[in-house]
Amino acid sequence: MIANGSSENGKDVLLVEDNPGDARLARESFREINRSVRMHLASDGLEAMDFLRQQGTHRDAPRPDLILLDLNLPKMDGREVLALIKGDEKLKKIPTIVLSSSETDADVLISYQLQANCYLRKPAQWDAFDSLVRDINLFWLTVATLTQRTLSK
Amino acid sequence: MTKEVLLVEDSPGDVRLTLEAFRDVGIDVHLHVAVDGVEAVAFLNQEGTYASAPRPDFILLDLNLPKMDGRQVLARIKNDESLKTIPTVILTTSDAAADVANSYQLQANCYLTKPVQLDEFEALVKSISDFWLRKVKLPRPVQ
Repeated sequence: MIANGSSENGKDVLLVEDNPGDARLARESFREINRSVRMHLASDGLEAMDFLRQQGTHRDAPRPDLILLDLNLPKMDGREVLALIKGDEKLKKIPTIVLSSSETDADVLISYQLQANCYLRKPAQWDAFDSLVRDINLFWLTVATLTQRTLSK
Repeated sequence: MTKEVLLVEDSPGDVRLTLEAFRDVGIDVHLHVAVDGVEAVAFLNQEGTYASAPRPDFILLDLNLPKMDGRQVLARIKNDESLKTIPTVILTTSDAAADVANSYQLQANCYLTKPVQLDEFEALVKSISDFWLRKVKLPRPVQ
């Protein structure tokens, strides 16, 4: 299998999540299961867009290989962030996974309409959350073929 | 609940392998096969002999297909307001960077490279069904 285009082997994952507890759990799970993951956190929608557009304090931010996006976020909603990502020619190729505690049909449908790559429901229990992070890591960071960075600039 | 899966694949060997692998994973799956791009589009639009075809919950799409290319099929799906919400995963032997980038650009939900080895292919189908049909929350079909 061909390594993902970057010179380093690590994967950059952007987590957009306003709940510090959930962010911490995700970070700990990734640290335990895949040491090559560099997790970056944006705690609201505006910060996520700054990171992706390399603006403000995120001027040196790497282009993420994968985005994990909560829907309910302060300042700028996750649905709006998703629409901006998928409406941007440069950013739309980045697989963007909605990870939300909402299970309403309307949220699931709008996410796919906005071309989220997949929708996962965030479980309330810690062990279920940990196992979901493992599933994401296994499928998206080991099984799936992601865009090579050299081409995606 | 039974999941309707549309497999768009022209190689009979790969179709058979996929059928068998899905049968072994213990999920209730109706696997429908379209052997070229034109047939896939007819199935999705419920045209001709596919007038009573179900709306798929999930699509596995090869890129290199006779009659109509997989890239064209993907573009049609993702430009159709009703079909675009169906998760469409590319499953192809090509690992060319241009094919990967182009597929994500066309808003494929995921790109998977078909392994040559039989056991690896089975493992891949197993992880597809486990992740996409068990873990992922699929949109509820609006009929």
